[in-house]
Amino acid sequence: MDTHRQRDQGAGGLTLYEKIWNAHEVATGPGGRTLLYVDRHLIHDGSFHVFEALRAAGRNVRRPDLCFATPDHYVPTGDRSNIADPVVRDKIEILAANTAAAGIRHFGIDDVRQGIVHVIGPEQGITLPGVTLVCGDSHTSTHGALGAMAFGIGASEATHVMATQTLWARRSKTMRINISGVLAPGVHSKDIILAVIAKIGAAGGAGHALEYAGSAIRALSMDARMTICNMSIEAGARCGMIAPDDTTFDYLAGKPFAPTAAQWDRALAHWRTLPSDADAGFDREVDLDAGALAPMVTWGTSPEHGAGIGTLVPDPAREADPARRKSIELALDYMGLKPGQAIEGLALDRVFIGSCTNSRLEDLRIAAAVVKGRRAAIPAMVVPGSGLIKKAAEAEGLDRIFKEAGLEWREPGCSMCVGMNGDLVDAGQRCASTSNRNFEGRQGKGARTHLVSPAMAAAAAVTGRLTDVRKLLAN
Amino acid sequence: MEPFTTLTSIAAPLPLANLDTDRLIPARFLRQPRSAGYHNYLFHDLREQGDFILDRPAYKGARIIVGAENFGCGSSREGAVWALTGAGYRAWIAPSFGDIFFENSFKNGALPIILPKQRVAALRTLLGDQAGAQLSIDLAAQTVTLPDGSIERFEVDPFRKECLLNGWDEIDLTLQHTQAITDFEARQRVNSPWLVSSA
Repeated sequence: MDTHRQRDQGAGGLTLYEKIWNAHEVATGPGGRTLLYVDRHLIHDGSFHVFEALRAAGRNVRRPDLCFATPDHYVPTGDRSNIADPVVRDKIEILAANTAAAGIRHFGIDDVRQGIVHVIGPEQGITLPGVTLVCGDSHTSTHGALGAMAFGIGASEATHVMATQTLWARRSKTMRINISGVLAPGVHSKDIILAVIAKIGAAGGAGHALEYAGSAIRALSMDARMTICNMSIEAGARCGMIAPDDTTFDYLAGKPFAPTAAQWDRALAHWRTLPSDADAGFDREVDLDAGALAPMVTWGTSPEHGAGIGTLVPDPAREADPARRKSIELALDYMGLKPGQAIEGLALDRVFIGSCTNSRLEDLRIAAAVVKGRRAAIPAMVVPGSGLIKKAAEAEGLDRIFKEAGLEWREPGCSMCVGMNGDLVDAGQRCASTSNRNFEGRQGKGARTHLVSPAMAAAAAVTGRLTDVRKLLAN
Repeated sequence: MEPFTTLTSIAAPLPLANLDTDRLIPARFLRQPRSAGYHNYLFHDLREQGDFILDRPAYKGARIIVGAENFGCGSSREGAVWALTGAGYRAWIAPSFGDIFFENSFKNGALPIILPKQRVAALRTLLGDQAGAQLSIDLAAQTVTLPDGSIERFEVDPFRKECLLNGWDEIDLTLQHTQAITDFEARQRVNSPWLVSSA
């Protein structure tokens, strides 16, 4: 702990990440490791290994009151009255039974608050500025949008958190990504983060905690900020954060699990101290002009394979590094693309609007505005991030807009982002998706994924092709 | 956890940058219990395409993989590590790893080794040219010995090293800090009472 203090003093001010880290040190171990306290542990229906490991070792959950669970990976997004797949039914029932036995709050499949774990944490006010938050899912970085230190963990680490409410960790390096400029119409936060990943690479953030800063970030809503932090892991960073500000506090006020009255005032005073100090030092700084961005599309099988919609598929022969060249060749082969081919105009087979990246109310509004008065040319599904978002969208009539345009309006869950519930893209099919991973086989064996924003996915749905959404907005 | 001390084995080159955990084990197999043997699904879809490098006879019995940049990126699924260890692999060498996969490896008695990019590329070439060649890893000495006797040194976190060398369960170690955890919780109740969820 002393070495950290010396370093901090030597470096001047503290970053947001360092402030949260320092406030959660329980003990130090050999080699500069820190035992960090965990304020919030989120749990989903893929957690059955963790409960099994606890049982096998005869351990109890230390702080069930700090754990929150909901099924998302396996839940059906169609009819839920009679779940035919016995494995899916089993996973949902096991989570309910495990959480009941441990005394853990569970937003079950019949609860309107059920949804994708990274959507409902902020929505319920479970995620707060300054907290440490973990979950056995790599997109836990999402919660950093509220100024939390949030990161994904494996099953062994989750078992450790259950048993001790702590984790051994080593302080990450810090990287600030300064995003200036004003987004052009039709360009959104998804395009910002795809551009960041294309710039720094899928391993560019490895070993770093990212902080997104700058005027373009300050101008974003909480929904849009969550999209950015969500994909930090696709840049290799476990953790991505945005300093809390009035946008954050306005969002949290009145949320069910957020503090109230005098506790709110006290929390707010603390939260206002969290942003990185003006003289804080970062290990790396990266700049990006959001005003120069076009809508982004990925052409390959890594999130770093992103480019503006008006560009051409790259030529692997131009890549000097042999392993990277090989990866691009394999990616183009898998995606059925040729070097030099135009990305815009590629014919698609289906569209997915949803996932912890882009299933919030603002995402649905943006997509609905594009499809309104048009007809879907290919199968397209819209999967809201939570039951409450679904309800709010229906209150605004968004569901009618989607349905009248021929898009499917479904129940909340992870769905076709990862396909564990059976919502899959067929082999060889090309899908424009608002999710976060275009990995081989991610949306189904042989499925070809193009990552896009909700606006671009909506444009793809009504044209059946990868289309520059700005051309539809102009009409 | 099975201790990791030294390992001498055939090493297989895997020249794929950004090898994600969906390729290590596709998500559709994760619905099975671990007892189903996740190693049966290791690299499932890559293998189906035929002539997968790890399936070549020369690399049969390999327990070491020499990969490329950002090995094990993507999801937090520990099943990716269970699939590798279940298939007999115990060490993977690359210029960089997915952070969560890296951590998950240590938790399962496996050793991820970071070496400079050029050295990893040279190792892959060597293992391709001399298919079936062995590497020797000595965790205590932090060395990888090549077939010609030359040595690569690697860095490893001292805490993770101790845990691996001794096969320690981290939870048991942490429980020795129970009083410090309890004290922390008492301080937090006073200083940040809003964190104790109420709804």
